[in-house]
Amino acid sequence: MSAEALARPENRPALKAIPVAGPREQAGDRLFRWSLLLFALSVVVLAGLVAWKLIAGSLMTWKAFGWRFLFSSAWDPVNDKFGALPFIYGTLVSSALALLLALPLGAGSAIFLAELAPRRVSDVCTFLIELLAAVPSVILGLIGIFALAPFLSAVEPWLTKRLGFLPLFQGAPYGVGMLAAGIILALMILPYITIVSREVLLGVPRPLKEGVLALGATRWEMVTRVSLPYSAPGIAGAVFLSLGRALGETMAVTMVIGNTPKISASLFQPGYTMAAVIANELAEAVSDLHLQSLIAIGLTLFGVTILVNAAARLMLLRLSKRHS
Amino acid sequence: MEVRGLRAGYGSNEVLKGVTARFLEKAVTAIIGPSGCGKSTLVRCLNRMHETAPGTTMSGQVVLYGRDVLSLDPVVLRRHVGMVFQRPNPFPNMSIFDNVASGLVLNGIAGGRSELEGRVEASLRQASLWDEVKDRLRRSALGLSGGQQQRLCIARALAVSPNVLLLDEPCSALDPIATARIEELVLELKKQLTIVIVTHNMQQAARVSDFTAFMLLGELVEFSATGTIFTKPSDKRTEDYVTGRFG
Repeated sequence: MSAEALARPENRPALKAIPVAGPREQAGDRLFRWSLLLFALSVVVLAGLVAWKLIAGSLMTWKAFGWRFLFSSAWDPVNDKFGALPFIYGTLVSSALALLLALPLGAGSAIFLAELAPRRVSDVCTFLIELLAAVPSVILGLIGIFALAPFLSAVEPWLTKRLGFLPLFQGAPYGVGMLAAGIILALMILPYITIVSREVLLGVPRPLKEGVLALGATRWEMVTRVSLPYSAPGIAGAVFLSLGRALGETMAVTMVIGNTPKISASLFQPGYTMAAVIANELAEAVSDLHLQSLIAIGLTLFGVTILVNAAARLMLLRLSKRHS
Repeated sequence: MEVRGLRAGYGSNEVLKGVTARFLEKAVTAIIGPSGCGKSTLVRCLNRMHETAPGTTMSGQVVLYGRDVLSLDPVVLRRHVGMVFQRPNPFPNMSIFDNVASGLVLNGIAGGRSELEGRVEASLRQASLWDEVKDRLRRSALGLSGGQQQRLCIARALAVSPNVLLLDEPCSALDPIATARIEELVLELKKQLTIVIVTHNMQQAARVSDFTAFMLLGELVEFSATGTIFTKPSDKRTEDYVTGRFG
């Protein structure tokens, strides 16, 4: 058929004859869609189930103490008195300490690896840092007990002498305690922060970097004015991931924090975290109320983790809104 | 500004094979040539942006007001030799105002708040963008159109009052109307500074430049007044290129 003949209306296929979607594609698409929905929902359902089990398993505690459970410092299994405050405090403080130590160190190494180091050095270092992430937490705990704690008990008197006017650095130098836990946790989350931040920094578009260099910026100014602001959301993502890990970390912290349910302003004093008390006492919880209180601690940990993450996200949202 | 026997490349691949040229003050010099001939590399050597990429090599001389550019601190050099890139690259985390002010702040030029505002306004007026953005200086620069973004980048480069402005195919991502505005701007700006513009578009070179350099495979084939290049080029290869027989 010639081109003119094809163009004539009577020779064109009727519109109705063109299928919008074949029956096979329609069925496949629908199947795909519903199965994906199922997968997505299963995450929500799982989280819901966990919450429900935790609530159901701790009802006795909530009935006995009510909200006071969250604000009481009593933890006396012999007399059946339970309160979660020292554990909440220990969890939050050790995680915050870890973040405080790991964020500058991790971001700093990421900047070095992404912007300054030759590519080959950067790749080798990144591989080694990834290995650090694969060290089991019990090994880090052992390092904490045998290397970090003796070191800290030697260093702490010196710190007390110099900075003892701050309540943070007072008290007996046990070695094990909040500071040791914070340092070990920092070691655990450092690889996450470094690797993710490096990836994000490498993703900063080259034209942007050239743009600021062409204005007469030094490399430092390029990093602080363009690269870091551009990658801030990604680095914040790394921090969320790390924070979740630090809040829930059990083994390494249990080994070095001292396991004493007390609230002390000093970083040298032993403390306790929510995850650690569950791990330590679950097997030997005799009374029902003790067991239920440990589960209540689990529920509290669940809640605190959600709250901290939500707060961090809200902060990020505020920050990015201010920019746009 | 001039280059003498300039060689530059990436690793073992030499892109510029000994280029000697002179860019006159208060004139527009266009660099034309087929893709891969080394046009961009040449301008990137002028403000030493070339060396910021890993694995690059550079030898020969680049001279600015009688001083060898290679002996200068690149940070200081780039304050005097501004650059605008192929694609508009406003800083996404900054407002329109902060984008223009960034160079001033970086180089510690701006005195007080009012001086900074004055300089930003002057630069935006120079880039004929002021009227379009004066009511939204605090908004993100990403809200602007491509052509406006490119003029913003020009304003940003002008703010630090450079002596030389390098334009690396500044219109390749723009539509014809935005292109025309940039060309008007170039003609306006040449009263004050030296301009080197790389372009793929020969009509553009003919419209805006006083001198034209034709490059081929890393060598400068011909360099003379724009009228001469386009009407009676002395080299056969230049003639073939400008008449569209190849490239």
